[in-house]
Amino acid sequence: MHARADVAAEQAAENTPSWPEEIFAILQRFDVRQVPYVPDAGHSQLIERVLGSSTMRGIPLTTEEEGVALLAGAWAGGQRGVLLMQSSGVGNCINMLSLTQVFRFPFLTLVTMRGEWGEFNPWQVPMGSSTQAVFELSGIKVLRASQPGEVGEVMEAAASQAYNACTPTAVLLSQRLIGTKVFVK
Amino acid sequence: MSKANLLDRRAVVKSLLADRNGAIAVGGLGASTYDIAAAGDHDRNFYLWGAMGGAVMIGLGLALAQPKLPVVVITGDGEMLMGLGSLATVGLQKPGNLSIVVLDNEAYGETGGQMSHTASAVNLVGVAQACGIADTSTLETMAEIEAFASSLRDVSAGPRFASVKIDAANLERVLSNRDGTFVLNRLRGSLGFSPI
Repeated sequence: MHARADVAAEQAAENTPSWPEEIFAILQRFDVRQVPYVPDAGHSQLIERVLGSSTMRGIPLTTEEEGVALLAGAWAGGQRGVLLMQSSGVGNCINMLSLTQVFRFPFLTLVTMRGEWGEFNPWQVPMGSSTQAVFELSGIKVLRASQPGEVGEVMEAAASQAYNACTPTAVLLSQRLIGTKVFVK
Repeated sequence: MSKANLLDRRAVVKSLLADRNGAIAVGGLGASTYDIAAAGDHDRNFYLWGAMGGAVMIGLGLALAQPKLPVVVITGDGEMLMGLGSLATVGLQKPGNLSIVVLDNEAYGETGGQMSHTASAVNLVGVAQACGIADTSTLETMAEIEAFASSLRDVSAGPRFASVKIDAANLERVLSNRDGTFVLNRLRGSLGFSPI
């Protein structure tokens, strides 16, 4: 019986990637306090950690642009934040991204990618294909992590340049990293 | 075109900010920001010249970061209509120190006075209420404005939402600072935060 429980625990550990924990630890170390998000399966583990945290406040949004404005207000009030969203939400933010240039505040967003790497749903492809270009045209620096082993160092670099140099930064978490969504088994 | 018995927006905002008790005031782009500037420049005035639909969310970020200070968002009906979802987000977070005042002239005054949805269809107070904001009101007299202004200092009783039907006359613009980094860093300085 114990042996079977051990096997189950091992399997659970294998199914739970460690990179969301690395992201959470880095956000904690940088004293991030406000975490607005529109939910995404790829962010679910991180969102759970945020909602269980005593120092961070998870703030569900109705649309992603709310998060850009919220983070500007948070910084005006002395707190750092990070916006969690999916690539399809990036287009919803475009005008509000002006705030990163107007206020020069430490903007960091973590974006789980759809519309690439074996995507099943064609509706995800157009925005997923233009996500990086949209950010770059909006003056946001883009870093990308595609392998579990590189998430920690990419996050560290992103948080450092966003919070220390007020360089607005987006981290794209590749669909290859989070796993292609399975619609039909 | 002016209707009778509508309040003067400049008098309303002046009254709201007369005895501000450390309050932070966020102004929605356009006339609301000019009204706040007309009431007198202040380190804790946060003027917006863009970010349409974002005033309430900027207020929410401020309110969560500074829970002991009153934060009041003063904006117009057009700006509020563009960010109706933010009322749902505020309704979920329920920050006691956040108040939202919509100066409702039922028109897009800055762009030629085109009719807004509040002129004949949308009741913003009803929207706020349905989003879970318990303290909602329609303010129709200066006495009610003054009472509302005093209530702002209770930072545990919000969030509040008030609609004020104002005269639609386009007043002379009173231009505030429009350099975002200046306005932001001045506010941060007044809260005790240094530049990076």
